[in-house]
Amino acid sequence: MKFTCALLLTALVLFLVSPAELSAAELHFSLAGDPQTFDALKVSDQRSELIRYLTGGALVRINRVTDKPEPALAQSWKLSDGGRTITFRLRAGLRFSDGSPLTADDVARTFSAALDPKHEAPVGDTFRSQQGDPQVRVISPLEIAIHYPQPKPDIDRLFDSLSIVPATAAPLPASAGPFFVAEYKPGDFVRLARNPNYWKRDAAGKQLPYLDSIRIDIQPNREIELTRFLRGELHLINKLDPENFDRIIKDKPAAARDLGASLDSEILFFNQAPSPSVPVWKHQWFTSAIFRRAVSASIHRDDIARVVFRGHAHPAAGPVSSSNRFWFDAGLKSPPPDPQAAVRDLAKEGFTLRDNVLRDREGHPVEFSLLTTSGSRPREAMAAMVQDDLRKIGVHVNIVTLDSRSLIDRLSNTPKFEACLFGFANVSVDPVQEMNIWLSSRPQHPWWPSEKSPATPWEARVDKLELLQASEPSRAARKKAFDEFQRIVVEQAPILYLVNPDYLVGISTSLKGLQASTSPPQLLWNIDSLSLE
Amino acid sequence: MRIAAVIVLLAVLLAGLFAPAIAPYDYSRQFRDSPNAPASSQFPMGTDDLGRDRLSRLIYATRISVLLAPAAAFVSVMIALLLSAVTATRRLWVEHSFSALTTLSLSLPWIFLFIILRALLPLNTGAIPSILITFGLMGVAGWAWPGRVFTASIRQMKKSGWLLQARAAGVPPWRIARIWAWPRLRALAAAQFRILIPAYVLSEASLGLLGFGVAEPLPSWGNLLAELQHPARVRDNPWILAPLGLLMLVMIALEALQPSRDSRQLPGAAS
Repeated sequence: MKFTCALLLTALVLFLVSPAELSAAELHFSLAGDPQTFDALKVSDQRSELIRYLTGGALVRINRVTDKPEPALAQSWKLSDGGRTITFRLRAGLRFSDGSPLTADDVARTFSAALDPKHEAPVGDTFRSQQGDPQVRVISPLEIAIHYPQPKPDIDRLFDSLSIVPATAAPLPASAGPFFVAEYKPGDFVRLARNPNYWKRDAAGKQLPYLDSIRIDIQPNREIELTRFLRGELHLINKLDPENFDRIIKDKPAAARDLGASLDSEILFFNQAPSPSVPVWKHQWFTSAIFRRAVSASIHRDDIARVVFRGHAHPAAGPVSSSNRFWFDAGLKSPPPDPQAAVRDLAKEGFTLRDNVLRDREGHPVEFSLLTTSGSRPREAMAAMVQDDLRKIGVHVNIVTLDSRSLIDRLSNTPKFEACLFGFANVSVDPVQEMNIWLSSRPQHPWWPSEKSPATPWEARVDKLELLQASEPSRAARKKAFDEFQRIVVEQAPILYLVNPDYLVGISTSLKGLQASTSPPQLLWNIDSLSLE
Repeated sequence: MRIAAVIVLLAVLLAGLFAPAIAPYDYSRQFRDSPNAPASSQFPMGTDDLGRDRLSRLIYATRISVLLAPAAAFVSVMIALLLSAVTATRRLWVEHSFSALTTLSLSLPWIFLFIILRALLPLNTGAIPSILITFGLMGVAGWAWPGRVFTASIRQMKKSGWLLQARAAGVPPWRIARIWAWPRLRALAAAQFRILIPAYVLSEASLGLLGFGVAEPLPSWGNLLAELQHPARVRDNPWILAPLGLLMLVMIALEALQPSRDSRQLPGAAS
């Protein structure tokens, strides 16, 4: 009797615990803060965007390694009418995570909601057109056509950013992606559970995703995050600074991965807007391309990459990182430091170097404040290096560090700064996403926000080329326009591109199926194919 | 012990004053081929992340911190003493008003006021004015805690037997203040002064995050101590702890300079 009981108990334990433990595969990582929303149409911050990507079902997915669009909820699509119309054919039998069917009506409703100004959906901007909003037509439950008044460039790729949402709204909405939000404790964690109705299967016919769940802890302290990763409590750690990356190399070398130059750039720019806080003579320096180029030529980008980023950065050549293979102009090279040539060029503009002080033609010593983010050691260190480099051509730089909010306040509206060392974090390889920076009329235009009209012919040309690359249906024509734009930016130097920091990550060796990319979400873009050993 | 303390304080003060003559290198010189170098004959305390000599930076930092943090602490203590002295009057409403003012000052979100003030300051404010403003503000803002301590002590004195005796004997108030009250308050003031110095050194480091304080490339004990936020760096180069060691040494020396228990016998203490 005792033996039978023991056997039954053992069998029960094996049944209840072991199979669950064997199949229980929960990916564990952390985010620095809470996502602002789980509504896929309201996403405007990077944390919410990650949740949207992991849970949302899109018609098309961009393969982050090949950079090619691949079928997702749509099994196929075709372009017609000279690139004005795109027609999607959905997979049969699609369902949301709550079991409700997903049809062309859901796609039409999601698309219309994204464009409806009442919803204020940031993703809607991606799909708008200057010539008017597109028309949506449901052809059948599995077919839908979207028609634009004029050709829309790379229209199929844009649908990677649109998650199809169900008709019924909920605080934790159902989804059509590989996971759905199962639990959320603000300030503590978000748990994503496997979507039992996810459409995708692997080559062997097994339904994806392989993982059962994802637990995302909210952890603002990066030191704690790193310690937990080193202890093996987290599977991933993203976007490490070089110092912490070196710690992983030291303690867990197999887990450290340098993915190469990221899409991000560290930049320096001068205030070219007429501003009461900038004296007239300084405004003349800042609007001189010779002055800006001389400053650029005096900065040792190699040293910044080697010293500040411990070798985990690449000197920047221009507005596009070399890791953005298609859009990067390979003809552009990072300017080699040449302070002597810089002084010679400045002399042509009336500047003179006497007793280690550079003076303009009116005798004003060249001195300006350089604003940067406080609490960011790489930025503060870069500013100190720029200060040291410019001292060698007689320029005195006062470094001012401000918290991000105060800094952005100084940069926007009526700019109240002289020079700024800042960073651009790119979330997409497509330059169309950066138009808000380059179009002179936009409030985010760094060196002169909301310019009434382009102040110089080259700025007018930049505006024209930006609009051209955003409206040309042909990729080759877009690239041609964008290459000319890049060359103008390098020649006129309205923004000095310093370095492209590498994308540094820690990845547990137990995580399989990873195909890391520098394009967001770098490690998780193929989340449905990831598994844990 | 007191002699040793005087020697330590003098040495630190002289090192700060004659920093350019003592320091092996300029505090801002970047040896870009030797970032984060360990201690060596060339760099006795190693280098920081920009390849700057740690020893030179510590010597120059001493110049700023050893003069300005005590100055700010002195300002706080003096303001607190002056305001607390008002409560020595026998009017109850004065004491209540002072108590309310202290509570208000302690509850003010100074950090946000500092942020607003920084936003109003011109960006081209030079390094020295910026440092003076920072320490000056800390001095003005930090009076409330010592103020509360002094008021409590004055309240206790007002109830003491020796004061009643002195009043009954017709001793004038200024004489009571000078001979009986001040020696008691002086000991308290010295203690508060010593407490505020390290607090201001550390506050300067925190204010650096708001764009106040000592900007790059100038070093201060505060911004050197900020490196301790990264414990892993200490493992690689223990000399990062040197500013902390120096701060502790100065505090111990200040403590040792206090009068001994016997010499602190106060008039009327036995009463």
